[in-house]
Amino acid sequence: MSLNGWLQIIFYSAVLLLLTKPMGIYALKVYDGSIGWLRPIERLFYRIAGVDAEEDQHWTRYAGGLLLFSLASMLLTYLALRLQHLLPLNPQKLGAVPDRQAFETAASFTTNTNWQSYVPETTMSYFSQMTQLAFHNFASAAAGMAAAVALARGIARRTAGGLGNFWVDLVRGTLYLFLPLSLIWALFHVQQGAIQNFLPSLDVHTLEGGKQTIALGPVASQEAIKELGTNGGGFFNANSAHPFENPTPWTNFLQMLGIFLVPAGLTWTYGRMVQKPAHGWALWIAMFVLFLGGVTTSYWAEARGNPIHAARGIDVVASAAQSGGNMEGKEVRFGIANSVLYATITTDASCGCVNSMHDSFTPLGGMVPLINMQLGELIFGGVGAGLYGMLMMVLATVFIAGLMVGRTPEYLGKKIQSREIRMVMLYVLVFPLVILVLTSVAVIAPEGLKGLNNAGPHGFSEILYAFTSTPANNGSGFAGITGTTYFYNTLFGIATLIGRFAMIVPMLAVAGFLAEKRIAPESAGTFPVTTPLFVVLLISVILIVGALTFFPALSLGPIVEHLLMGAGRLF
Amino acid sequence: MFRKQIRPALVLTLLLCLVTGAIYPGVVTALAQLLFPKQANGSLVTVNGQVVGSELIGQGFTQPYYFHPRPSAAGNGYDAAASSGTNKGPTDLNLADTLIAAKVAEVVTQDGAQLGAIPADMVTSSASGLDPHISPANAALQVVRVARARNVSEAAIKNFLARHVEGRQFGFLGEPRVNVLLLNIALDSVLPRTDSAAHQSGARR
Repeated sequence: MSLNGWLQIIFYSAVLLLLTKPMGIYALKVYDGSIGWLRPIERLFYRIAGVDAEEDQHWTRYAGGLLLFSLASMLLTYLALRLQHLLPLNPQKLGAVPDRQAFETAASFTTNTNWQSYVPETTMSYFSQMTQLAFHNFASAAAGMAAAVALARGIARRTAGGLGNFWVDLVRGTLYLFLPLSLIWALFHVQQGAIQNFLPSLDVHTLEGGKQTIALGPVASQEAIKELGTNGGGFFNANSAHPFENPTPWTNFLQMLGIFLVPAGLTWTYGRMVQKPAHGWALWIAMFVLFLGGVTTSYWAEARGNPIHAARGIDVVASAAQSGGNMEGKEVRFGIANSVLYATITTDASCGCVNSMHDSFTPLGGMVPLINMQLGELIFGGVGAGLYGMLMMVLATVFIAGLMVGRTPEYLGKKIQSREIRMVMLYVLVFPLVILVLTSVAVIAPEGLKGLNNAGPHGFSEILYAFTSTPANNGSGFAGITGTTYFYNTLFGIATLIGRFAMIVPMLAVAGFLAEKRIAPESAGTFPVTTPLFVVLLISVILIVGALTFFPALSLGPIVEHLLMGAGRLF
Repeated sequence: MFRKQIRPALVLTLLLCLVTGAIYPGVVTALAQLLFPKQANGSLVTVNGQVVGSELIGQGFTQPYYFHPRPSAAGNGYDAAASSGTNKGPTDLNLADTLIAAKVAEVVTQDGAQLGAIPADMVTSSASGLDPHISPANAALQVVRVARARNVSEAAIKNFLARHVEGRQFGFLGEPRVNVLLLNIALDSVLPRTDSAAHQSGARR
């Protein structure tokens, strides 16, 4: 670990802190309707779509709208990918995407996961990338935000019937939040060297007289929303490690900032909506502590390097002239510090874009991204998804605290009763169920083992990582795994769908139940949700639930691999 | 729950697809081509009017008179249509005893590198397989070989290299680095090669 590395991590944290409130204010205004400079376009959309913008939707209607929109957009993408060879903007003359992969990709992008089993350079036309994948980057982000705002309304409102209007939230999030931010981000990226064109691949004669084919395309526009919408699907196979996607340390910084910006701001928005700004900051601090723990662990592990490789002759000590550590699968311009920072951020949030190959991290360095996802993508988390994931854990915390002192649990003046807790438990249990069951299936099935790129415990980690990343809607991978089979394409596609919708519906149910409740005035017996004690309790509940669920699986993968690496064992 | 919402679902899918999937990238492309045409089209580098590559995309070098890039797992090496890392894990036999060990042996023979003092980036593959950079330590180790192959003094190459080390962006972001393609182009332009290989490749140009 180097001083400069820590300086960069501190600088990042400071900028995030400074931008939380401005971003939060802006998001608040977008969703309460006080920003409306595109109102005529908005109204036109509602008129064509037959939306009554004034309708306040019951949670079932809100959820129904979200599900129908997701279904419609997923079908559109499936069709477009299957018919890719007939559609325009395909200079490389790429064929139709195979059925299993088209299903998986449509599911993956609809659910904000962006797991990619395909090699983009040789699979996706510019048309598919722009009009389908980038469209989902916006739409799935706006849908996630809408769901979080609906939960916030449910908690803030008293004896109300509705949670707002899904269609209005969807359109406003897209038009006022994600489009303007993406435009700014994209132009910064191009200025730094990210490409943006519709040219076919370019053949050049290299300096030594060889031939190099350079893939091109409309990259920057997709890059911007890839981070801002915590989507993560790369234009190229190497994702944000590719110099055309992420050319300089400055674009790297912007990408990392783009990932946390909206989720961090949303904690402020939420604090304001429930009229307890300090509670919003308490959530921010809990998230930040978990983030810092992750980045510190991963930085330590990667900077320390791999003793096996050191024994082959590598100097792993950082100096002014080289970054040392474990540089396998990392880029020189990012070094160790920016690689681990990026890896932590992208898995804290459900982004999943990568600027280094997590598969080649040291066992403990690579376990951090895995744990970040297994804790439920709530460390700032996906846009929207991070906040509602965190609030589900807050309800669990309040419930447990209530049990400990023998009082009816109460959250912000609302009684937490059995039907809410049942939905919260459903939300909490669906996730490990998918991860652990599907991992077990894959390690038993011969089809599952065929796709591995590594043997020994690392092979198990590849499978565990994949079946964590897909239901967590993250989309990063221990990318050595070959997922282009009916077995994996189908299971990954299904995992992303369960991880999104089987969690969003119980969450919206909680929102609906809470909206109907009255708010009791605060008293001396009210559980405080703005104190350090609350933050500690919340972090403990998150860590204990995560550890109890996943420790056995982790010990079969990264933990045993760490011990074997120390002993110099190779597979 | 679902009835009456089918129309908004279908119509808004198409409208938002139009706005975010066609108008938005169209606007970004127009602005990018207008404001930053060089970058938007790939930051291409030309030598004597010929495009020889992109300054952001690494390319393979094996001749002794050029600085060499990192090992690459993109296609057969620096294939800019197939970006990729090795995705080999920390306890992978092939990575430790074939990929890394072979490259270590190569730099020990070619550059007289000392075991235990080999810069980490010199023998490991990058994430993209297209890393255009090497660390200053990596480049410094190659000075003797390049100087000998070009028949010039080590000090000359060392001074030359020092001018091509990029510092951290804004003084603190990222890591110090050397762009291999730009360095080699600059080498060719100020220190023309006198060996036979240079004549051959001179004829090609």
